[in-house]
Amino acid sequence: MTDATPVVEFSDVSYVLPDGRKILQDLSFEARRGEILILLGRSGSGKTTALKLINRLLELSSGELRVDGRSSKDWNVIELRRHIGYAIQEVGLFPHYTVARNIALVPSIQNWPKDKIDARVQELLRLVGLNSDISSRYPHQLSGGQRQRVGVARALAADPPILLMDEPFGALDPLTRADLQREFLSLQQQLGKTVLFVTHDLHEALRLGTRIALLEEGRLVSLTSADEFLTSPEPLVKKYVDAFGTTERQREKP
Amino acid sequence: MNFWSFITQNRYEVASLTLEHLWIVGISTVLAVVVGIPLGVLITRKRSLHKPVIAIANIIQTIPSLALFGFLLPAPWIGERAERLAILALTLYALLPLIRNTYVGITSVDRAIVDAARGMGLTDWQLLYKVELPLAASVILAGIRVALVISIGLATIAAAIGAGGLGELIFRGLAMVNNSVILAGAIPAAVMALLADSLLGWLEKRFTPQRAA
Ligand SMILES: Nc1ncnc2c1ncn2[C@@H]1O[C@H](COP(=O)(O)OP(=O)(O)OP(=O)(O)O)[C@@H](O)[C@H]1O
Ligand SMILES: [Mg+2]
Repeated sequence: MTDATPVVEFSDVSYVLPDGRKILQDLSFEARRGEILILLGRSGSGKTTALKLINRLLELSSGELRVDGRSSKDWNVIELRRHIGYAIQEVGLFPHYTVARNIALVPSIQNWPKDKIDARVQELLRLVGLNSDISSRYPHQLSGGQRQRVGVARALAADPPILLMDEPFGALDPLTRADLQREFLSLQQQLGKTVLFVTHDLHEALRLGTRIALLEEGRLVSLTSADEFLTSPEPLVKKYVDAFGTTERQREKP
Repeated sequence: MNFWSFITQNRYEVASLTLEHLWIVGISTVLAVVVGIPLGVLITRKRSLHKPVIAIANIIQTIPSLALFGFLLPAPWIGERAERLAILALTLYALLPLIRNTYVGITSVDRAIVDAARGMGLTDWQLLYKVELPLAASVILAGIRVALVISIGLATIAAAIGAGGLGELIFRGLAMVNNSVILAGAIPAAVMALLADSLLGWLEKRFTPQRAA
């Protein structure tokens, strides 16, 4: 499914705050068609900022960002965003809408027929492992993990070819998380979407990622395939691998 | 003559003054809503307008009501009838709570919700009426509630310029040094304010969004 066509392409992209603080510096990488590109990095390294530049929730300060070969500036911003599914880190469900209406919002503003929308909502709930009786509930009546899954379903709703997922499984217990990761992988293999997936969990990165981009203080430190990541000589990557390796060994102690 | 016998003997007059009062307050509040909510929305979109607009609304609010009636007197068409003058003055007073609450209501919608909505490709207009206004509704209603209660009280002063309403009884009672007549104007106005307050309070509660999303 993966081919080398760049779908999202950063060329020397920087993002600077009005006060001069550099949040992202000279980022250059691309996400290729059908791959899951992991953005890995510690808290505050700029992962969320990078995603928000893609759908122009933030405007880049310099450099160029292309989506499907076209500079993001040249896209109509609404069209660009409808082309890209976005599961935000804080989930951000609409508290005044039921689960079903949350998921159905984009299809409904695109005037899908009602029965098609209903069918799509049911399909997506099943896909993210939620029972359909949840669809008439409000977000405050869900657990944190259920909310996250609704957020993922909402991002997938209008079947966008590109997905931005900002720690979509962060609030889940390890078992549900593993289930969803598996579901997500098989989904991805069927649908062939191009995914930019943010996490700071190396296990998740290795399980899901086609390639892994490591960010540190707004810079790209390494970009490798998931396999190469484990054996990379790059010091920061080694630190990462060690940190996770240690916790793993500790857990295995009797 | 005590309060009750005054009220019963003059019930038609009291009723018609009450209706007049309601009319002045109602029209001015509707006008303030029609002008204030869009202005409140506008200053969330053009943040540079926020300070000047709020400052002007604040200044209007500090003008004593009788002085404001006086200032408006030379206005064409408006100045011709006391009732129009009163409606305009009350509208101006009601603007501040409406503009301010609309602004606060919209800007305090959780950033994550707004980011999610924009990220999904909602237009600014869709964001406003599907997300921001519904989530700000309870705060905006609180603004209408404040505006209404203030207007009901202020409208009694409009009688001083001959705009009618329950203030007429109050001023007449003052001139006659008759408490019953004063109360015949003041009590219906107070009841009106209490009713408006609890009705809007109830609406406000109904429109309060559930948190934790
Ligand atoms: N609105 C903002 N104003 C000022 N600084 C910000 C803003 N948003 C983010 N930052 C700063 O930008 C940097 C990168 O933030 P970002 O949210 O992209 O990090 P992240 O990698 O997503 O972190 P996390 O894993 O904690 O979500 C941080 O130093 C953060 O403090
Ligand atoms: Mg983040």
